Amino acid sequence: MATIPVEAGFIVAGLLFLMGLLGVLVRRNVIYILLAIEIMLNAAGLAFVVAGAHWQQPDGQVMYFFVLTMAAAEVAVGLSLVLQMYHKFNTLDANLINKMRG
Amino acid sequence: MLSLLWLVPMLPLAGFAVLAVTAGQLPRKAVSAIAVGSVSLSAFIAILITIAYVVTAPAGAAYSQTAWQWIRVGNFAPAVALRLDALSVTMMVVVAFVSALIHVYSTGFMADDAGYSRFFAYMNLFVGSMLILVLADNLLLLYLGWEGVGLCSYLLIGFWYREPDNVRAALKAFFVTRIGDAAFAIGIFLLFTSLGTLNIPAILNGISAYPRGSALPTAVAALLLVGAIAKSAQLPLQTWLPDAMAGPTPVSALIHAATMVTAGVYLIARMHTLFLAAPAVLLAVAIIGAVTQLMASFSALTQYDLKRILAYSTISQIGYMFLALGVGAWAAAIYHFGTHAFFKAALFLGAGVVIKMLGEEHDIFKMGGLRLRQPVTFWAFLFAALTLAAVPPLTITFNSKDLILNQAFLSEGGLGLWILGLIGTFLTAAYTFRMVFVVFFGPEHGAPEKTPSRSMVVPFVILAFLGAIAGVPELLSSISGGNGFYSFLHSALPGPVRDFESAGDPWLLQLIYVATALAGIAVAYLLCERAPQYTRSIVSTSVGSLLHRWWLADWGFDWLYQKLFVGPYMVLARINRSDFVDLFYRGLALVSRVINGLLSSTVNGNVRWYVAAVAGGAVIVVGLVVVL
Repeated sequence: MATIPVEAGFIVAGLLFLMGLLGVLVRRNVIYILLAIEIMLNAAGLAFVVAGAHWQQPDGQVMYFFVLTMAAAEVAVGLSLVLQMYHKFNTLDANLINKMRG
Repeated sequence: MLSLLWLVPMLPLAGFAVLAVTAGQLPRKAVSAIAVGSVSLSAFIAILITIAYVVTAPAGAAYSQTAWQWIRVGNFAPAVALRLDALSVTMMVVVAFVSALIHVYSTGFMADDAGYSRFFAYMNLFVGSMLILVLADNLLLLYLGWEGVGLCSYLLIGFWYREPDNVRAALKAFFVTRIGDAAFAIGIFLLFTSLGTLNIPAILNGISAYPRGSALPTAVAALLLVGAIAKSAQLPLQTWLPDAMAGPTPVSALIHAATMVTAGVYLIARMHTLFLAAPAVLLAVAIIGAVTQLMASFSALTQYDLKRILAYSTISQIGYMFLALGVGAWAAAIYHFGTHAFFKAALFLGAGVVIKMLGEEHDIFKMGGLRLRQPVTFWAFLFAALTLAAVPPLTITFNSKDLILNQAFLSEGGLGLWILGLIGTFLTAAYTFRMVFVVFFGPEHGAPEKTPSRSMVVPFVILAFLGAIAGVPELLSSISGGNGFYSFLHSALPGPVRDFESAGDPWLLQLIYVATALAGIAVAYLLCERAPQYTRSIVSTSVGSLLHRWWLADWGFDWLYQKLFVGPYMVLARINRSDFVDLFYRGLALVSRVINGLLSSTVNGNVRWYVAAVAGGAVIVVGLVVVL
């Protein structure tokens, strides 16, 4: 089995993370922001897995399970918040929902 | 008997304490009882002490009483101690007695005033401070009294504080005397650093170790002289006294004629050894006195406010006292202080009666003809005026001023001073009788509004009478050759003894004085009573009107000081309105506010900005960790 060099794995993970971060920063729709956060979480998970594979340790994959579980919980809470948001403000634009200023 | 000495200043202070604590809640009768009672009792004890002192003089002709140790810091240990000798006993009894009479007068004068209790509280504080001043055994306690009377003077000039002019006059008095107080304080510091004590007899002993005219006595005497001229309203710091007439008339009588303004005279007499060791300063005292009395007399000639005439007269009479001090005739100065306290207080009280009667009218040209309507006031005022003008057959106290002139005449190089004094005698008689003729003779201008109460007239008459006869013991002793008041003082204040070469000289000089005074009265009679049109024609000439305006404005001193000091100071104050020391602190505040603005603009409620900030921060931190 041809091994993938660890650098390549980390670069992919880093690119994924950057994509997610850019998504969070650029998108205004809250759902897309949540999606971008999922991408960032998965990028972190990928980095764990790559590192686990590189050092021949199971800990990386174990951590990925935790991340996965946490992401599921986050999505459940996040989506319910998004629903509430839509009920309350009738919009999903994060820029318009800035009532917590100050 | 002498051990009761502490009660003399303590009683008025206790009266002040009660009046101050009750703060006007007491009924007027109770206020009068406390104020007049405490001061009268103090005066009574002062008289008893004086009698005891004169009858059986204590050992060393001085009695001192230590109440307690005031402070002790290293070798600086002033005590709260009173000292009684011929000088302080004279001052004490005159101050206490005149104060008591003026307190009685004030109950009538201030009867309708809303600040009745406040007035008497200040007056009692004043009497207490003044008695501390004259009885103090050390310079620090003396300074306490000195500042106390200055404070009371300020409070009482501005007593009717709703008038801005009164407040301005009070502030002026306070500021001008403060110049002198500062100099006096520096003099005290200098004395302490070089002699290590503030006890007055110890200082006078210590100063004799310095050669005559050396630096220390000269410097200290000059500083004390500045203090004295500010307090006693002498040239060039006399400008506050005429304005101080804004206060109630009893205040003018007590503080600004009889007692406080003579504190400078007392200070110089008290420190006479020091001044003898500084002949240059002593000469300055004499010249200041002679010039002041002359200039103030000219100013008095032109004033039309009754109280201002008397104010300039006070400046002029204190000038005589300074002249006496300057030629080393301490006893003559204190003698004149005593008689002046009586007759000038009487004149002020008489002026108060007239002013009150005419409904607060101060302009003498709106008075007139009061001779027939108020015979008692007229006669008492006339006698006080005769005493001021020093006319022998009618007043017996003529000799107080004449002693001063004799001493000036006898002193070395004193002929110039004597001539100035003689011109002053002429002017004194002239301005005094100008006042008498204009106020009491001539046509009446409207009927008096009310008759003065008895509590006002009686003290006034007593003071005028005492002023006129205060010279009796001295006159008797000089005729019979016994020990009079003058030699009594001379024992405590040894000065140069000067005698006339021949026995006829004093009579000749006496004749000159009398003739001068009578000439002054005659001129006043001619110009103010007989033919006022002459006065008008003199004033209407160009030179006459110029002099008139110049003298009316007190030789332009106020104008000069306004231009020299007050104006530039106000300009500086305006420039520095936004206090430049504060610039640094205001800059600090500005920087904080700018940073605050920047930071609070980041809290915009926009979640994506926050994320960006967190991400940026994380990048910086991680970057730092990686790089470092």
